[in-house]
Amino acid sequence: MTWFSIIIAGIITYFTRMTMVALVDRDLLGERVKAVLAYVPSAVFPAIIFPGIFINDYGTFIEMNDPKIFGAIVAILVGYFSRNVIATIISGLFSYWIIIFLL
Amino acid sequence: MFTKKQLLTKGLLSVAPHMFSVIPFGIVCGAIGIELGFSPVLVYAMSIIIFGGASQIVFLQLLSGGASALIAVTSVGVINSRHLLYGAVLSEYLEKLSFIKKLLISYLVVDQGFAESNKFFQKNKNEPYLHYHLLGSGGTLWICWQLATLSGIILGSFVPEELGLKFAVPLTFIAIVVQDLKKLDHVIVMITCGLSSLLFFDAPFKSYIIISPIIALFVAALVLRLKK
Repeated sequence: MTWFSIIIAGIITYFTRMTMVALVDRDLLGERVKAVLAYVPSAVFPAIIFPGIFINDYGTFIEMNDPKIFGAIVAILVGYFSRNVIATIISGLFSYWIIIFLL
Repeated sequence: MFTKKQLLTKGLLSVAPHMFSVIPFGIVCGAIGIELGFSPVLVYAMSIIIFGGASQIVFLQLLSGGASALIAVTSVGVINSRHLLYGAVLSEYLEKLSFIKKLLISYLVVDQGFAESNKFFQKNKNEPYLHYHLLGSGGTLWICWQLATLSGIILGSFVPEELGLKFAVPLTFIAIVVQDLKKLDHVIVMITCGLSSLLFFDAPFKSYIIISPIIALFVAALVLRLKK
Protein backbone atom coordinates (compact mmCIF):
# COMPACT_ATOMS: atom_id res chain seq x y z
CA MET A 1 0.00 0.00 0.00
CA THR A 2 2.80 2.41 0.86
CA TRP A 3 4.56 1.56 -2.41
CA PHE A 4 1.35 2.13 -4.34
CA SER A 5 0.91 5.54 -2.67
CA ILE A 6 4.47 6.54 -3.49
CA ILE A 7 3.97 5.69 -7.15
CA ILE A 8 0.70 7.67 -7.31
CA ALA A 9 2.38 10.60 -5.52
CA GLY A 10 5.25 10.36 -8.01
CA ILE A 11 2.93 10.39 -11.02
CA ILE A 12 1.03 13.41 -9.65
CA THR A 13 4.31 15.21 -8.96
CA TYR A 14 5.52 14.47 -12.46
CA PHE A 15 2.29 15.89 -13.88
CA THR A 16 2.78 19.12 -11.91
CA ARG A 17 6.18 19.43 -13.61
CA MET A 18 5.14 18.38 -17.08
CA THR A 19 1.66 19.86 -17.63
CA MET A 20 2.59 23.49 -18.28
CA VAL A 21 5.76 22.62 -20.19
CA ALA A 22 4.39 19.96 -22.52
CA LEU A 23 0.60 20.10 -22.59
CA VAL A 24 -0.33 23.79 -22.43
CA ASP A 25 0.18 25.95 -25.48
CA ARG A 26 2.16 29.03 -24.52
CA ASP A 27 0.10 31.18 -26.89
CA LEU A 28 -2.93 30.60 -24.70
CA LEU A 29 -1.31 32.86 -22.11
CA GLY A 30 -1.88 36.54 -22.82
CA GLU A 31 0.74 39.28 -22.46
CA ARG A 32 -0.65 40.32 -19.08
CA VAL A 33 -0.38 36.79 -17.72
CA LYS A 34 3.20 36.56 -18.96
CA ALA A 35 4.04 39.85 -17.26
CA VAL A 36 2.61 38.53 -13.98
CA LEU A 37 4.52 35.25 -14.35
CA ALA A 38 7.76 37.23 -14.21
CA TYR A 39 7.01 37.54 -10.48
CA VAL A 40 6.84 33.77 -9.88
CA PRO A 41 10.15 33.45 -7.98
CA SER A 42 9.24 36.35 -5.68
CA ALA A 43 5.71 35.00 -5.28
CA VAL A 44 6.67 31.39 -4.48
CA PHE A 45 9.94 31.22 -2.54
CA PRO A 46 8.88 33.35 0.45
CA ALA A 47 6.28 30.61 1.12
CA ILE A 48 9.26 28.32 1.76
CA ILE A 49 11.43 30.94 3.49
CA PHE A 50 8.98 32.40 6.04
CA PRO A 51 7.66 29.13 7.54
CA GLY A 52 11.24 27.76 7.47
CA ILE A 53 12.28 30.57 9.77
CA PHE A 54 9.24 31.47 11.85
CA ILE A 55 7.59 28.10 12.41
CA ASN A 56 9.29 25.28 14.31
CA ASP A 57 9.14 21.51 13.81
CA TYR A 58 5.98 21.28 15.91
CA GLY A 59 4.05 23.73 13.75
CA THR A 60 4.02 26.60 16.23
CA PHE A 61 5.48 30.11 16.01
CA ILE A 62 9.01 30.60 17.31
CA GLU A 63 9.93 33.15 20.00
CA MET A 64 11.15 36.51 18.79
CA ASN A 65 14.63 35.77 20.21
CA ASP A 66 14.99 32.52 18.25
CA PRO A 67 18.47 32.06 16.71
CA LYS A 68 16.90 31.37 13.31
CA ILE A 69 15.78 35.00 13.06
CA PHE A 70 19.35 36.15 13.73
CA GLY A 71 20.69 33.64 11.17
CA ALA A 72 18.21 34.82 8.55
CA ILE A 73 19.05 38.50 9.08
CA VAL A 74 22.78 37.74 8.74
CA ALA A 75 22.11 35.70 5.57
CA ILE A 76 20.01 38.49 4.02
CA LEU A 77 22.68 41.13 4.72
CA VAL A 78 25.56 38.95 3.52
CA GLY A 79 23.59 37.85 0.45
CA TYR A 80 22.51 41.35 -0.44
CA PHE A 81 26.01 42.80 -0.37
CA SER A 82 28.11 39.81 -1.47
CA ARG A 83 25.77 38.50 -4.22
CA ASN A 84 27.24 35.12 -3.35
CA VAL A 85 25.04 32.07 -2.74
CA ILE A 86 27.62 30.09 -0.74
CA ALA A 87 28.40 33.06 1.50
CA THR A 88 24.66 33.56 2.10
CA ILE A 89 24.00 29.96 3.15
CA ILE A 90 27.19 29.51 5.20
CA SER A 91 26.90 32.85 7.01
CA GLY A 92 23.29 32.06 7.92
CA LEU A 93 24.09 28.56 9.20
CA PHE A 94 27.19 29.61 11.15
CA SER A 95 25.57 32.60 12.82
CA TYR A 96 22.70 30.27 13.81
CA TRP A 97 25.12 27.67 15.20
CA ILE A 98 27.14 30.27 17.05
CA ILE A 99 24.00 31.34 18.93
CA ILE A 100 22.78 27.82 19.76
CA PHE A 101 26.15 26.34 20.72
CA LEU A 102 28.05 29.22 22.29
CA LEU A 103 25.39 31.28 24.01
CA MET B 1 26.24 32.07 -28.86
CA PHE B 2 27.00 29.28 -26.41
CA THR B 3 27.59 25.66 -27.38
CA LYS B 4 25.49 22.88 -25.81
CA LYS B 5 28.41 21.87 -23.62
CA GLN B 6 28.96 25.43 -22.39
CA LEU B 7 25.28 25.75 -21.48
CA LEU B 8 25.34 22.42 -19.67
CA THR B 9 28.37 23.56 -17.67
CA LYS B 10 26.79 26.93 -16.93
CA GLY B 11 23.69 25.17 -15.65
CA LEU B 12 25.79 22.90 -13.46
CA LEU B 13 27.80 25.81 -12.05
CA SER B 14 24.71 27.92 -11.42
CA VAL B 15 23.27 25.42 -8.93
CA ALA B 16 26.57 24.17 -7.49
CA PRO B 17 26.59 26.76 -4.66
CA HIS B 18 23.13 25.56 -3.58
CA MET B 19 24.66 22.20 -2.67
CA PHE B 20 25.56 23.73 0.69
CA SER B 21 21.83 23.54 1.36
CA VAL B 22 20.63 20.68 -0.86
CA ILE B 23 23.09 18.12 0.50
CA PRO B 24 22.45 18.73 4.22
CA PHE B 25 18.70 18.76 3.54
CA GLY B 26 18.93 15.52 1.51
CA ILE B 27 20.83 13.86 4.36
CA VAL B 28 18.19 14.99 6.86
CA CYS B 29 15.48 13.76 4.50
CA GLY B 30 16.98 10.26 4.26
CA ALA B 31 17.70 10.11 7.99
CA ILE B 32 14.14 11.11 8.95
CA GLY B 33 12.71 8.34 6.76
CA ILE B 34 14.80 5.73 8.55
CA GLU B 35 14.07 7.22 11.96
CA LEU B 36 10.34 7.01 11.27
CA GLY B 37 10.81 3.27 10.71
CA PHE B 38 10.46 2.97 6.94
CA SER B 39 12.58 0.54 4.94
CA PRO B 40 15.75 1.98 3.35
CA VAL B 41 14.69 0.85 -0.14
CA LEU B 42 11.35 2.60 0.18
CA VAL B 43 12.85 5.83 1.52
CA TYR B 44 15.39 5.90 -1.28
CA ALA B 45 12.89 4.99 -4.02
CA MET B 46 11.00 8.18 -3.17
CA SER B 47 14.01 10.24 -4.24
CA ILE B 48 13.68 8.78 -7.72
CA ILE B 49 9.90 8.44 -7.99
CA ILE B 50 8.84 11.71 -6.34
CA PHE B 51 12.13 13.68 -6.35
CA GLY B 52 10.85 16.55 -4.23
CA GLY B 53 12.54 17.24 -0.88
CA ALA B 54 9.91 18.71 1.41
CA SER B 55 7.11 16.58 -0.03
CA GLN B 56 9.05 13.36 0.65
CA ILE B 57 9.43 14.23 4.34
CA VAL B 58 5.80 15.29 4.69
CA PHE B 59 4.61 12.08 3.01
CA LEU B 60 6.51 9.84 5.44
CA GLN B 61 5.63 11.93 8.48
CA LEU B 62 1.93 11.80 7.63
CA LEU B 63 1.93 8.03 7.07
CA SER B 64 3.90 7.31 10.23
CA GLY B 65 1.56 9.63 12.14
CA GLY B 66 -1.36 7.43 11.13
CA ALA B 67 -2.79 9.58 8.34
CA SER B 68 -4.47 7.78 5.44
CA ALA B 69 -2.64 7.18 2.17
CA LEU B 70 -5.13 9.50 0.47
CA ILE B 71 -4.17 12.39 2.73
CA ALA B 72 -0.45 11.71 2.25
CA VAL B 73 -0.74 11.54 -1.54
CA THR B 74 -2.95 14.66 -1.69
CA SER B 75 -0.45 16.58 0.43
CA VAL B 76 2.40 15.63 -1.92
CA GLY B 77 0.33 16.81 -4.88
CA VAL B 78 -0.55 20.11 -3.20
CA ILE B 79 3.03 20.81 -2.05
CA ASN B 80 4.38 20.08 -5.53
CA SER B 81 1.66 22.00 -7.37
CA ARG B 82 4.03 25.01 -7.31
CA HIS B 83 5.83 23.30 -10.21
CA LEU B 84 2.86 24.30 -12.37
CA LEU B 85 3.98 27.89 -11.94
CA TYR B 86 7.58 27.03 -12.78
CA GLY B 87 6.40 25.17 -15.88
CA ALA B 88 4.30 28.13 -17.00
CA VAL B 89 7.37 30.38 -16.76
CA LEU B 90 9.73 27.90 -18.42
CA SER B 91 7.37 26.97 -21.26
CA GLU B 92 8.32 30.19 -23.08
CA TYR B 93 11.92 29.00 -23.36
CA LEU B 94 11.17 25.34 -24.02
CA GLU B 95 8.39 25.68 -26.59
CA LYS B 96 10.60 24.78 -29.54
CA LEU B 97 11.52 21.38 -28.08
CA SER B 98 9.91 18.22 -29.38
CA PHE B 99 7.11 16.73 -27.29
CA ILE B 100 9.30 13.83 -26.15
CA LYS B 101 12.09 16.17 -25.04
CA LYS B 102 9.55 18.27 -23.15
CA LEU B 103 8.31 15.14 -21.37
CA LEU B 104 11.84 14.15 -20.42
CA ILE B 105 13.18 17.51 -19.29
CA SER B 106 10.07 18.14 -17.15
CA TYR B 107 11.23 15.47 -14.70
CA LEU B 108 14.22 17.68 -13.83
CA VAL B 109 12.27 20.86 -12.99
CA VAL B 110 12.98 21.61 -9.32
CA ASP B 111 13.05 24.80 -7.24
CA GLN B 112 16.70 25.81 -7.38
CA GLY B 113 17.20 24.62 -10.96
CA PHE B 114 14.15 26.55 -12.09
CA ALA B 115 15.31 29.66 -10.24
CA GLU B 116 18.85 29.67 -11.61
CA SER B 117 18.01 28.59 -15.17
CA ASN B 118 15.19 31.14 -15.31
CA LYS B 119 17.62 33.90 -14.33
CA PHE B 120 19.90 32.80 -17.16
CA PHE B 121 17.03 32.50 -19.66
CA GLN B 122 15.83 36.04 -18.96
CA LYS B 123 19.25 37.41 -19.94
CA ASN B 124 19.83 35.06 -22.92
CA LYS B 125 16.42 34.72 -24.55
CA ASN B 126 17.73 34.08 -28.05
CA GLU B 127 20.12 31.21 -27.44
CA PRO B 128 19.10 28.17 -29.52
CA TYR B 129 19.99 25.43 -27.00
CA LEU B 130 18.68 27.03 -23.80
CA HIS B 131 17.30 23.75 -22.50
CA TYR B 132 20.85 22.48 -21.98
CA HIS B 133 21.16 24.97 -19.13
CA LEU B 134 18.13 23.43 -17.45
CA LEU B 135 19.54 19.99 -18.12
CA GLY B 136 22.77 21.04 -16.39
CA SER B 137 21.07 22.61 -13.36
CA GLY B 138 18.34 19.99 -12.95
CA GLY B 139 20.69 17.07 -13.65
CA THR B 140 23.20 18.29 -11.06
CA LEU B 141 20.48 18.70 -8.46
CA TRP B 142 19.12 15.25 -9.27
CA ILE B 143 22.46 13.50 -8.83
CA CYS B 144 23.26 15.34 -5.61
CA TRP B 145 19.79 14.70 -4.21
CA GLN B 146 20.20 10.96 -4.85
CA LEU B 147 23.63 10.87 -3.19
CA ALA B 148 22.52 13.03 -0.27
CA THR B 149 19.38 11.05 0.58
CA LEU B 150 21.35 7.81 0.25
CA SER B 151 23.95 9.15 2.69
CA GLY B 152 21.16 10.14 5.08
CA ILE B 153 19.68 6.65 4.87
CA ILE B 154 23.07 5.10 5.67
CA LEU B 155 23.97 7.57 8.41
CA GLY B 156 20.46 7.46 9.87
CA SER B 157 20.45 8.46 13.52
CA PHE B 158 24.09 9.59 13.33
CA VAL B 159 22.87 12.87 11.86
CA PRO B 160 22.80 15.17 14.90
CA GLU B 161 19.41 16.82 15.23
CA GLU B 162 20.84 19.74 17.22
CA LEU B 163 22.56 21.04 14.08
CA GLY B 164 19.17 22.13 12.73
CA LEU B 165 20.28 21.35 9.18
CA LYS B 166 16.76 21.97 7.86
CA PHE B 167 17.49 25.66 8.41
CA ALA B 168 19.67 25.47 5.27
CA VAL B 169 16.45 25.31 3.21
CA PRO B 170 15.15 28.85 3.85
CA LEU B 171 18.75 30.10 3.47
CA THR B 172 19.17 28.71 -0.04
CA PHE B 173 15.96 30.46 -1.11
CA ILE B 174 17.00 33.70 0.58
CA ALA B 175 20.10 33.55 -1.63
CA ILE B 176 17.88 33.20 -4.70
CA VAL B 177 15.56 36.16 -4.07
CA VAL B 178 17.77 38.50 -2.04
CA GLN B 179 18.85 40.65 -5.00
CA ASP B 180 15.21 41.34 -5.86
CA LEU B 181 14.92 43.20 -2.55
CA LYS B 182 16.27 46.15 -4.55
CA LYS B 183 12.97 46.37 -6.43
CA LEU B 184 9.96 47.71 -4.53
CA ASP B 185 7.40 45.77 -6.61
CA HIS B 186 9.18 42.49 -5.84
CA VAL B 187 9.46 43.36 -2.15
CA ILE B 188 5.69 43.91 -2.01
CA VAL B 189 5.06 40.54 -3.71
CA MET B 190 7.53 38.74 -1.43
CA ILE B 191 6.08 40.16 1.78
CA THR B 192 2.56 39.33 0.62
CA CYS B 193 3.59 35.75 -0.05
CA GLY B 194 5.57 35.38 3.18
CA LEU B 195 2.86 36.78 5.45
CA SER B 196 0.16 34.74 3.66
CA SER B 197 2.22 31.58 4.18
CA LEU B 198 2.30 32.21 7.95
CA LEU B 199 -1.40 33.13 8.01
CA PHE B 200 -2.46 30.00 6.09
CA PHE B 201 0.16 27.67 7.57
CA ASP B 202 -2.49 25.49 9.23
CA ALA B 203 -4.65 25.18 6.11
CA PRO B 204 -5.25 21.52 5.16
CA PHE B 205 -2.79 19.51 3.03
CA LYS B 206 0.00 22.11 3.45
CA SER B 207 -1.92 24.19 0.94
CA TYR B 208 -0.30 27.40 2.23
CA ILE B 209 2.49 26.58 -0.20
CA ILE B 210 0.24 27.22 -3.21
CA ILE B 211 -2.37 29.56 -1.66
CA SER B 212 0.21 32.20 -0.76
CA PRO B 213 1.85 32.31 -4.23
CA ILE B 214 -1.58 32.72 -5.82
CA ILE B 215 -2.40 35.63 -3.49
CA ALA B 216 1.04 37.11 -4.18
CA LEU B 217 0.56 36.82 -7.95
CA PHE B 218 -2.78 38.65 -7.66
CA VAL B 219 -0.97 41.40 -5.82
CA ALA B 220 1.69 41.36 -8.56
CA ALA B 221 -1.05 41.88 -11.17
CA LEU B 222 -2.36 44.83 -9.14
CA VAL B 223 1.13 46.29 -8.84
CA LEU B 224 1.63 45.96 -12.61
CA ARG B 225 -1.62 47.80 -13.23
CA LEU B 226 -0.64 50.62 -10.86
CA LYS B 227 2.77 50.95 -12.49
CA LYS B 228 1.20 51.77 -15.86
